[in-house]
Parts: sequence; structure tokens; C-alpha cells
Amino acid sequence: MSDLAARLAAGRGAIVRNQAFWGVIAIAALLAINVVADPGYLSVGYNGETGRLSGNLIDILRAAAPILMIAVGMCLVVATGGIDLSVGSIMVVAGAVSMELLRGMDGSAGNAALTLAIALGIATALGAVNGFLVSVVGLQPFISTLVMMLAGRGIAKVITGGQNTTADNDSFAWLANGYVVGVPVVFLLAIAIVALVWLLVRRSALGLMLEAIGMDSRASRLAGVKRRSLQLTVYSVSGLLAGIAGVFATASVMTVDVSRTGYQLELDAILAVVIGGTSLAGGKFSIGGAVIGGLLIATLDKTVVFLGIPASATPAFKAIVIVVLCLLQSERVRSLFRHRRALRAQSQKEAVAA
Amino acid sequence: MTGAPPIVEMTGISISFPGVKALDAVDFRLFPGEVHTLMGENGAGKSTLIKALTGVYKIDEGQILVAGEERRFGGTADAQAAGIATVYQEVNLCANLSIGENVMLGHEVRGPFGINWKATHRAAAEVLATLGLEQLDLRRPLATLSLAIQQLVAISRAMVTRPKVLILDEPTSSLDANEVANLFTVIRKLRDQGVAILFVTHFLDQVYAISDRITVLRNGGFVGEYPTRELDRTTLISKMIGKDFATLRSLGSERQSHHYEPRGEPLLKAEDLGRKGSSEPTDLELHQGEVLGLAGLLGSGRTELARLLYGADRPDSGTVWLRGRKTDIHTPTAALAHRIAFSSENRRDEGIIRDLSVRENLVLAVQAKRGWFRPLSRKEQDALTRKYLTELNVRPADPERPIKFLSGGNQQKVLLGRWLATEPDLLILDEPTRGIDVGAKAEIQAAVAALAAKGVAVVFISSELEEVVRLSDRIIVMKDHRKLAELENGPHVTAETIVAVIADEGDDEEGDSE
Repeated sequence: MSDLAARLAAGRGAIVRNQAFWGVIAIAALLAINVVADPGYLSVGYNGETGRLSGNLIDILRAAAPILMIAVGMCLVVATGGIDLSVGSIMVVAGAVSMELLRGMDGSAGNAALTLAIALGIATALGAVNGFLVSVVGLQPFISTLVMMLAGRGIAKVITGGQNTTADNDSFAWLANGYVVGVPVVFLLAIAIVALVWLLVRRSALGLMLEAIGMDSRASRLAGVKRRSLQLTVYSVSGLLAGIAGVFATASVMTVDVSRTGYQLELDAILAVVIGGTSLAGGKFSIGGAVIGGLLIATLDKTVVFLGIPASATPAFKAIVIVVLCLLQSERVRSLFRHRRALRAQSQKEAVAA
Repeated sequence: MTGAPPIVEMTGISISFPGVKALDAVDFRLFPGEVHTLMGENGAGKSTLIKALTGVYKIDEGQILVAGEERRFGGTADAQAAGIATVYQEVNLCANLSIGENVMLGHEVRGPFGINWKATHRAAAEVLATLGLEQLDLRRPLATLSLAIQQLVAISRAMVTRPKVLILDEPTSSLDANEVANLFTVIRKLRDQGVAILFVTHFLDQVYAISDRITVLRNGGFVGEYPTRELDRTTLISKMIGKDFATLRSLGSERQSHHYEPRGEPLLKAEDLGRKGSSEPTDLELHQGEVLGLAGLLGSGRTELARLLYGADRPDSGTVWLRGRKTDIHTPTAALAHRIAFSSENRRDEGIIRDLSVRENLVLAVQAKRGWFRPLSRKEQDALTRKYLTELNVRPADPERPIKFLSGGNQQKVLLGRWLATEPDLLILDEPTRGIDVGAKAEIQAAVAALAAKGVAVVFISSELEEVVRLSDRIIVMKDHRKLAELENGPHVTAETIVAVIADEGDDEEGDSE
């Protein structure tokens, strides 16, 4: 009996120490706040005619898709001890390329596929440039990707001539707005891609190699780990995923807004990775954690809108939620709380004794 | 030097760390206008003694007199105030500041409007001039200077406060012969100005070239203080190692009986293999099934040569033939592909990956060799891990434990397993038995002998000469980053023979230069 209790307690300890756990709690708390504001918040409707699910939860899943993409890419880069600040800008480049190409074409599915391939190819190439600067030239990841972050938005503006380009292609729009068995295509695609990446890193030895580089690049070099080609790969993958995110973000409205699409989303991606329990120092990483972090960011964004928090106060609200979360995750803060609880318990005992 | 009272007098200094007595009743004296060398093997307590004198460590027992006054150092600032300045092995300067700024950092001349740069630079120029460096342009960034000149700038920086005592901790480890000569000119200049200089080095030639007096430490204990001219090299080495010749000889006779006669084509042949600043061009041959020992004192260039063979550092001269074919080995990846493996002497930073498990550490090199897209299945990983944990007797035999929780000896065995798992034809082991207990040491030695018997060529590097003599078929003796001699091992070779080679050659050279 006491054995079982001890095991339960130990299990609980492991869950509480798992940082992604607090991300789940935070999502639940935000949803609870929304339910207090509107008891019907969580209800999911089903439209018999169109066969689609609808409701706030579905909206959150749809909004989460681009963030999930860049968060997973960021997670791999961070594992090697690097960072990719350019994902937001690569998003807008992919969006701009798509819209410009589609504008001059008829709305066939073939054109949509061609556009997709070109946009993602360019995004991957931009990621590979980051990888080249970091691994071959030896620049710091922060600087290399900062340059790409500034250059990327400039490239997008050149591509569209500074305009917010709009285009028409139903197949392309379906990627973001379509439904399969009632669920948004965009979310299904996002989950499928995350699963694919997970299989790639965890079922091959890629994950181990990335962690080895992030933990100790000298020792892993001597063990024969090819740092250069792995870094090149990881930044390219991050670029590709950012390109997919850019397609998702522009296809939903079929417009690229060169100054707003993907703007500052690199920060959301970094936050999602950290919330998921991956240390920015590199090493052990958790793709599952990054997914939870991405879902939390999406929930937070939707909550801000739902509660009618004024746009000017939105960043502050987001910051508060994230600071509280980081405090809860911190081992030192938790041990402080434990210490205080223990003190209080002791003083109560003393009071009873007296 | 004679007659004047010592500027520093340390008596009965003891310092303990948890579980270790790092210094035990050590005496040390330093006179104005002398260069005094502190000698001892790795772990003898040299750096602990220096840190006691510079206020980094508090002494548990003993007394420190500076200029006849007793001092209790609470920190480095106290020692500096007492006139003791230190230049560390790694240059501690700011590469992107100018020479003048580096020299005066923290001692800038202040006027009514903040720092008076004109006066600051004037002061810097004065200090540099006293060291014969007046030709340097103060406004050039430090990074444009060679490492050797940076070292001199670091000394200038230490001299800004006009210290009475200057401590130089291995200042020559990254300098070439000319640069060392320049440095010595500066040191002699300072000595003649009456500065007391404490010099630490592993290079015996340098000790005899520059120092007036030698203090020898061993295992945290004080061995003795000798005028340099009264202590010949052989005696010095035996005092550092702590064994007289009779003991050295008897240990040598414990050597394994088997002696492998190399035949046929060498597995690896190198001509003029070298790298500027770390390894003079060297020739060597290695045959299948033989153990080649690299002997020499610390800093003699053993590690540097091994790193060139593995491609851990890129050679800039020479040619390597592997199995009769000319081969470039410029990266560890290439070396592994050619079935060469290398275990670094720096287990902590270049060996284990602390946060990975025993299993992950063990399979890493094999996996890297196969490429990430051809993963070892979990079953294969477990089989490999189990095989080497059993074969090498790793305790605890728990493959999922993070390697950082294992003892040093067991970490070393896991690393040995990592390299064996790549099935090398040539295995380079740099200090595989350093800092591990006797049992693990014997197991690793046995593993090396077994490998050679199976036909693997082994390069074995160790500071313990007895160990090199016992295991090797052939021994290359190194000194000052070059090959001094190559000995066929046999009953006539003992640790003493090697010591004699190192010492004799040096004496000859000294005779030449004088």
C-alpha cells in the first residue's frame, strides 16, 4: 500500500519535473479562463451540411499549425547549441514567392503544386545559407541568422515590389482552409509533418548526433561526428519548415503581407521550444515539448483576442503568462516554495504542540 | 642574489581539499633578482603552491612572509597589493582592445574629465620600453600580434604595478624556439632590474637556460631546493619522479616477455609529419600487432604527434602512407573511416559526453562512422554495450546511467570500448591510465596487450615510463616537440634508459650552444 503511494509520489515528481507538464497546465488554465468568460467556449459544433467541425478549439488548432512548424525546426537547431532567428523572415519569403507565382497563373492544382515546390525550395536554400554561414564560415548562429532575418524580409519586399500581393488558387487555399473528415487540413498536415520529423530524428541516429554536438562539440568531433554536414542539414530543415509555415500563413487569406506575415514569429518559436523543456544551451531536446509549447502560444494568442485585451496591451499580457510559466518551471523557484510549505507545516505542528 | 634577504619566504605550507592533501609542509624561498623554477610532475602541487602565493587558495597551515612581513592573503587583490603579479599560461588579454588599452586596463590614468588617454598611453609606452618593446604601436589591436608578442604584452601588463615578484606559469608552452629566446631576453632584463621571478615550465632545456635555482615538489610534498648548477638533469628527473635508479631498473625488468618483430610492409608510415608551433617534422613507422610507446615528459610533444596521426589537428607538413598507399588524414572522420581511433588525454572535455548515457557514449563513434541515416538498432546497441561492459569489466554495468556518474577509471573503460567498437587497425591511446585507480589501470594495460596480440597496432602514450617500457615493443622518446630517439625494447631498456636519453641529449645540446 505504502509502496504504491511511494511509486505514485515518485511518478508525480517525475511529471512535475517534466517541463512540458507545466505547458499543459498553462493551456488548461487559459482555456479555463475563457470558459469563465463564456461557458460555451469549449463547445465544438458540427455542421451536417458541410461535414465540418467548428468552434474555438478548432480555431486554435488551425492557428497553431504555422507555429508548430517553426517550433519544431527551432527545436532541432537549438539542440545543436545554435539558434535560428530567420524563421519569420523565411516564412514571408515563401509566402511572397507563392503569391507572386500564383498571381500570374491560372488556378489549376498543377500550378499550386509547382508553386509549392518552388517556394519550399527557396526556403530550404535560405536555410542552407544559414547552415553554410554557421558550419563552414564559422559565424555565430545568432549573427548568421540575424543577417538572414533582416535580409529575408527585404527579399520578400523586392519579390512583391513592396506590395501586399493577392492571388487566387483554390487548391493552394485548400491547404490552409480545407477540411478532411471535419478537421482542418492544415492541422492534419502539421501533425503529419511533426510526426515525420520525430521519426526522422528518433528512428535514425540523427537525434543522438545533434545532442552530442550540442553537449560537447569537441568530444563529438573526435568521435567522428560530422558537425558541418549536420549543422547544414539542421538549418536547411529549419528553413524548409519555416517555408511550410509561410505557405500555411499566406494560403489562409491568399495574401502575403510583407511587413506582417511571420513578423517576430521567431520569438514565438524560441518560446515554444523553451516551454517544451529544451535548454537553449543545447543538448537534450524534446519535439513533443516544442509541440506543447507551440499549442500554448496559439492558445495564448486566441485567448488575447477572445478576452478583448486591447492590441496595445497584448505583448504585456503574453509576457506575463510566459514569465509565470518560466518561474513555475524553474527548479529554484519550486524548491523555494517547497521550503516555505515545509516551514509552515512545521510552525503549525509547533502551534498544535503548544 | 647572495646576501639579500628573500623577498618571499613560505614555510610549512599545507593545503587540503576534500579527501586530498594537495600541499604538505612545503617550503619555498624567492630572492630578489633571481629566476627560480618550480619543478614537479603533473599533480605535484606546483599550481597549488602558486595559487597559495597569489591568494587564490587560503593556506591551512604555514606562514607566508613577503619582504619580511607576515601576510595573510584573503584574495588575489591582497597578493597584488603585496607586490606579487602573475602571468598565466593562457593569455588573459582582450583581443579586440589595443595594445595600450590592454597594458593599462584597470590602471588607466584619470584626469578631471575621466580617463586621460594621452597620459595612459604614455604610461603604457614606458612600461613596454622597460621590456624592450618600444617598437610596438600602442594603438594596434592586440589580435594583430603573434601569440609570442601577446605573451610579452601580458608580462608588460603585469609589470604596470611595478611588482617585486613576477610569477610566470608555463609562459613558453605555445612558443617556438626564437620566441622563447625573445621571452628569455625580457626575463633576464627584469631579473637584472631586481625583480624576483618564479618560473614554471615542463621544458628541461629552458630550466637550465634561464633559472638560477630550482625547487622540486612531488605528490604535494617538498623534495628540495637546489642551485641549478649543482643539479644535473638525471638527478633532477629522478627527484621529480621520486625513484632512484635502482628502483627504475627493477621496474623495467617486469616487462612482458613477448617481443614482436615487425615484418612486412608497415601499416602506417609517416615522413616529416609536423605542424608549426606544435610538432616538429617527424618520421615514424607502425606495424600490425606492435605496441609503439611514446615516452617523454609532459609537454614534450607526444599528444601533439598523436593528434596529427588522427587528424584531430591538421598537419601542415609531411606525407602519410597507410597500408602502402598515400593517404590524407585531415579530420577524425577520415581517420575513423581508415580504421584509426584516438582516445584523447583530456577525458573530460574531449572524451566523454557527460550528459549522454553509457550506451550512447559507447556507440557514438560506431554510429558516426556508419552515418546517421543507418542507425544501429536498439538491439545492436544493447549487444555492443553489453559486450564491452563485460569485456572491460565496467562497474556499474548499467548502460542507461549517465556517464558522468561513473568513476574516472570506468569512464575510461567505456571510452576504450567506444574505440574498440569501431574495430580499429590502429588505436592511439593518449594517457589512458592517467588519474585512475590501480585495478582499472591493470585492466586497461591487459586490454592493450590483448589487442596487440590480435594484430591491432597500438600507439601508447603515458607519463609513467615503467608502463611504457612494460607494454611497448618499440619506444619513441620525445622532447621539445621532436623525436629524440627510437629504441627497440628489450632487456637492456628500462625507464632509466629513457631518462638517460632525455637528460643526455639535453646536456649535449647545452654543450653545443655554450
